[in-house]
Amino acid sequence: MDYFAQQLINGLVLGSIYGLIAIGYTMVYGIVGMINFAHGDVFMIGGFIALITFLLLISTGLTAIPVILLVVLLVSMAITALYGWTIERIAYRPLRHSFRLAPMLSAIGMSFVLTNYSQVAQGARVKPIPPVITGGYTLHESADGFVIQLSNIQIIVVITTIVLLAIFTWLVSRTRLGRDMRACEQDQTMAALLGVDVDRTISMTFVIGAALAAVAGLMYLLYYGLVDFFMGFVAGIKAFTAAVLGGIGSLPGAMLGGLAIGLIETFWSAYFSVEYKDVAAFSILIVVLIFMPTGLLGRPEVEKV
Amino acid sequence: MTVISPETASASRTAGIPALLKTAFVNALIALVLFSLMVGIRTEAGSDGQLTYWTRFGEVAALVAAVFGGSIVIELLRQWIGPAGTEKLIPPAVQTGMSLVGRYLAPALLVFTLLVPVIFYDQRYILDLAILVLTYVMLGWGLNVVVGLAGLLDLGYVAFYAVGAYSYALLATNFGWSFWVCLPLAGILAAFWGVLLGFPVLRLRGDYLAIVTLAFGEIIRLVIINWQELTGGPNGVSGIPRPSFFGIPLDNSDDGLAALLHIEYSTTHRIVFLFYLILALALLTNWVTIRLRRLPIGRAWEALREDEVACRALGINTTTTKLTAFATGAMFGGFAGAFFATRQGFISPESFTFQESALVLAIVVLGGMGSQLGVALAALAMIGGFELFRSLETYRMLVFGMAMVLIMIWRPRGLIGHRAPTVYLTKAQAISSDLVKEGHG
Repeated sequence: MDYFAQQLINGLVLGSIYGLIAIGYTMVYGIVGMINFAHGDVFMIGGFIALITFLLLISTGLTAIPVILLVVLLVSMAITALYGWTIERIAYRPLRHSFRLAPMLSAIGMSFVLTNYSQVAQGARVKPIPPVITGGYTLHESADGFVIQLSNIQIIVVITTIVLLAIFTWLVSRTRLGRDMRACEQDQTMAALLGVDVDRTISMTFVIGAALAAVAGLMYLLYYGLVDFFMGFVAGIKAFTAAVLGGIGSLPGAMLGGLAIGLIETFWSAYFSVEYKDVAAFSILIVVLIFMPTGLLGRPEVEKV
Repeated sequence: MTVISPETASASRTAGIPALLKTAFVNALIALVLFSLMVGIRTEAGSDGQLTYWTRFGEVAALVAAVFGGSIVIELLRQWIGPAGTEKLIPPAVQTGMSLVGRYLAPALLVFTLLVPVIFYDQRYILDLAILVLTYVMLGWGLNVVVGLAGLLDLGYVAFYAVGAYSYALLATNFGWSFWVCLPLAGILAAFWGVLLGFPVLRLRGDYLAIVTLAFGEIIRLVIINWQELTGGPNGVSGIPRPSFFGIPLDNSDDGLAALLHIEYSTTHRIVFLFYLILALALLTNWVTIRLRRLPIGRAWEALREDEVACRALGINTTTTKLTAFATGAMFGGFAGAFFATRQGFISPESFTFQESALVLAIVVLGGMGSQLGVALAALAMIGGFELFRSLETYRMLVFGMAMVLIMIWRPRGLIGHRAPTVYLTKAQAISSDLVKEGHG
């Protein structure tokens, strides 16, 4: 039981990270109808920028960890958001009215560009950092000595995710930008006729998605203590699985799907085998798409001629 | 399409200089922010596990300057060439010349390919490269059935290549079966896996299908890595038997082919044999594809690519049609895999990564989906290009990705050729937009 509770905590933390990435997939899919294949690599870039900013700040002699983390968060969100904007501008916008496979192929190309760009720029080796946030709480200690730990970093990951989701939900449901986004999602032509700047709205969607991916990158860096140039591929597919599981196009669904994938992966590793955890995640993607193509919270899609 | 009169065009050209510089400046600024940390600061883990960093401001400056200059050049080119999508007038003489070249290019290429082992008999490197190119031509033609003809985006094609390769490798090393028995088996097994995967997922729409095939490719690779008792895991399978000339071994023994023909034994014999083997397999793929294209099933594939809803309305069973395309493509992938295993003599999961799938897909896309000659030329260009830039190991995937994006922007229907449906109505019928708008179906 204690083991189960510990895995539950680990799974929820991992799921929060997946959920943050999944939001980027689901938003872009909702508004442009394409799978942003390069989004996993945007997450990876976010992790790298967080690492470099962190390193620079440490070398200036700053010691206040909360200040450092806040600056790292803001810098990596800002620069990664610019990456997201640039990617949309270069690789996707010219293809918006092209044939249906073109944006997907362009996105695959972009994913290769980003992966190899960071390999060329930062080298192929894994980049570790020393643990930044240490300590934690012992929730429960059982008779046979098994301890349920809740570390500070886990608390930070979950709280950050909740805060960001609150801000993001407010953004989508209450602001002008959010209304524009929902309008474009329904009918781009009609939105344009009613004075919505469609290009700008789509750009902003990519910017927000990339910023959230950057947060996920920072969380990953803090939680696992390392980044490498190839981490975006698998994380990206899992986050996409999460988005599909939650119902693509649905924002709460993305978070829910992220948590579900995180839990499934953690429990699978804990009770069955670590080697096959990715196989489990990918199999879930296939199973969900076959039996529940609309996901948990998605709307059924009606194909019209 | 907007028509730009000469006056406005020239006006925008002259008035464009400050605007041009402004655009270039903004682009350079964006580039500065993008590259500042990722390129400007290089991190590396030291021997004690501690991260160190050093600055590279010179590289950042060079990149920013390149972006500045590049955006000016691109903007100027755009103004000279004119807006995208305008019809270029090609002189009739050039047109007829090109169609003549087009008609004789394929046979000429085929004759040349047949003569390659004769011309380059002594150059082992060129023969090996030619075999590699032909392997990718075959993979490209196989995937072309799925992507080019049926319009199904398959990102996990390498899975079937892997199934073929491991089928042959395991059957040959464990049971000692000959290549010629295993080759059809490898194809059948790959097709079987294609059906197994395809049956449930082919109801999905285009991009969902792409992700599922990608996931399937990864699953196959991960299972190969982790199922160590069967596949040897990351160590792969070694000692895979070389193919025989229909039962006669191609070695230095007394009953080898060289001894039977009373000629001096040379290792090149085996290379030449492998060359003709893969050429025959590739041509088989091509021939089957061309024949299938004329059958109702091929017509149905092309129709499916153009408009799935219309297909369903016409009573075509889209699931079985997709399934046959998927299985046919998978079968050729399996053949190619068996050949790969016998040529290498050693296979490991490293040969079957997603990059491989993307490479084959890029060949099909670059060649123009559905065009057989285009795919062959694209494979030649791509593998040849990779070989030329072999020294720039890390940069070549970067360039590959950029090329993929640029081709999609510039010529989304393929660089070399695009095959229109075999039969189509010559008179296009325009339908009023208010009849097809959403909500009136």
